[in-house]
Amino acid sequence: MIPIDIIQKTAETLMDKAAIEIPQDYLDGLQAAADVEDGDLSSFVLQAMLENYEAAKEDRRAMCGDTGTPRWYVKMGNETQIEGGPIALEAALRRATANATNGVPLRPNRVHPLWRTDHDNNVGIGAPEIEYGYEPGGEWIDLITVHKGGLFGTDYRMLFPSDGIEGIKRFYLDSLVAFGKRGLACQPAIIGIGLGGCKDTCMVLGKRAACLRTVGSENSDPKIAALEREFKEIGNSIGMGAMGFVGKSMVVDCNIEVGYCHTGGMQMSVHAFCLSSRRAVARVFADGRVEYRTDPDWFTDYQRRETVDWDAPAMEAAE
Amino acid sequence: MSPRKIRLSTTPTQEALDDLQLGDIVYLDGLMYTAREGVYKRALEEKANIPMELPRDSAANFHCSPAARINPDGSFEMGAVTATASFRFAKWLPEWMEKSGAKLIIGKGGMTSKDYKSFFVPNGAIYLSTVGYGTGALLGRGVEKVEAVHWNEELGLAQAMWVIRCNNMGPFIVASDKHGDCLFERENAKIAENLHRVYEGTRPATLKRYGETDDRSDEVI
Repeated sequence: MIPIDIIQKTAETLMDKAAIEIPQDYLDGLQAAADVEDGDLSSFVLQAMLENYEAAKEDRRAMCGDTGTPRWYVKMGNETQIEGGPIALEAALRRATANATNGVPLRPNRVHPLWRTDHDNNVGIGAPEIEYGYEPGGEWIDLITVHKGGLFGTDYRMLFPSDGIEGIKRFYLDSLVAFGKRGLACQPAIIGIGLGGCKDTCMVLGKRAACLRTVGSENSDPKIAALEREFKEIGNSIGMGAMGFVGKSMVVDCNIEVGYCHTGGMQMSVHAFCLSSRRAVARVFADGRVEYRTDPDWFTDYQRRETVDWDAPAMEAAE
Repeated sequence: MSPRKIRLSTTPTQEALDDLQLGDIVYLDGLMYTAREGVYKRALEEKANIPMELPRDSAANFHCSPAARINPDGSFEMGAVTATASFRFAKWLPEWMEKSGAKLIIGKGGMTSKDYKSFFVPNGAIYLSTVGYGTGALLGRGVEKVEAVHWNEELGLAQAMWVIRCNNMGPFIVASDKHGDCLFERENAKIAENLHRVYEGTRPATLKRYGETDDRSDEVI
């Protein structure tokens, strides 16, 4: 049984870490981009961002004034039990979100879409989002918070099998250029692409590809991994860099996730996780141990399974 | 070539403003106030009295809401400061400039050269863009003090009018000049020249979107 007070305390710490500490994989990716960038203005911008991450950590203040729309991804092992059950878990995550909004402080971004009511705590109807995943075996819970910006850089299009890879490339470029102009997407970004699923799951896959995979990770399908590398290269050859200035750094990494879709369609979504790619992760065990990390490790073989049943033994060997 | 760096007052002289060139890096000293949707609606549409003496106290209008809180004792805690995209406020700015005498409009992404020529140049105003985006922690360091928060009860923390005392706050980039030229449009034009090459080997979607255009030199804001 996982103690609920440890879940809430850990969740508060995660909110703080996500807002303040840029994950090392993104930092390494941006440093690599800064090393090759030769546009005057783009270079200046990347250097300023690198200084900004240091300032945030030194001062323990949020790295960006727009602290996004905090959300939670929760994953647990099959044997996990939580003190108070799922209702207590959701209450703990909502409390942690509200407390950290005041504590860090974060910007209270969340308002009612029509009445613009602001509770000043990033909590409201459907906010924060809490999404779930499960893994065979184990008694632990992974708490993952992502603070993604919420206005620009995302698009969806219904493509068809006849559009092919050429059509996918076209929509990819359209999305990068449209949102890259004037730097609205806050690039260079981790670009997540969702392919397939239904419209809603296509958006979910793409968003997770951007937010739940690290810079340098690859899809387990080697042909998709090759596409990811090619798309990163294409994005960085547009001639556009940070803030939409002339440059060569648009894409810190490109991650693609797929889901089975309608036989007549090829849904595609594009998402940009910005210069403040904020994510923080912790695993809480039944004995109260907490291990912090920045890799959500969401897309396991189990999450990408395509068979009716799942054979557990391979998973247990990895534990 | 690294860009020119300049320190500027938030109540600048016209001479200092006229000297600014596209791409210059600016650091600000003095008072600035934040203003986004809520502030314009309240001041211009609901005709509420602006709770500051403008432009005497400040000629710097920041399209921003900070990551900040008001403590129970009434003091303020300001963490990070980042701008929000300015194009959404263009419809209110001509009237706001007339009322407030704003000379520095600070935000994200700039506006169009049409906006600059039609109401920035006649008012002697310049657009400064934040950098990144966003260097929230660096800008937060430039906040010496939060002097006041106006209309918090009416508008909420994110939409309230925050009055900030800046000390060497930056960096900002000069994105419009005294002629009304636009830094982002200049860059977009250079990038557009190359786009046909990047698009080689791609194909337009089978199912078109209503009203879709393939003109890649379009300004998207």
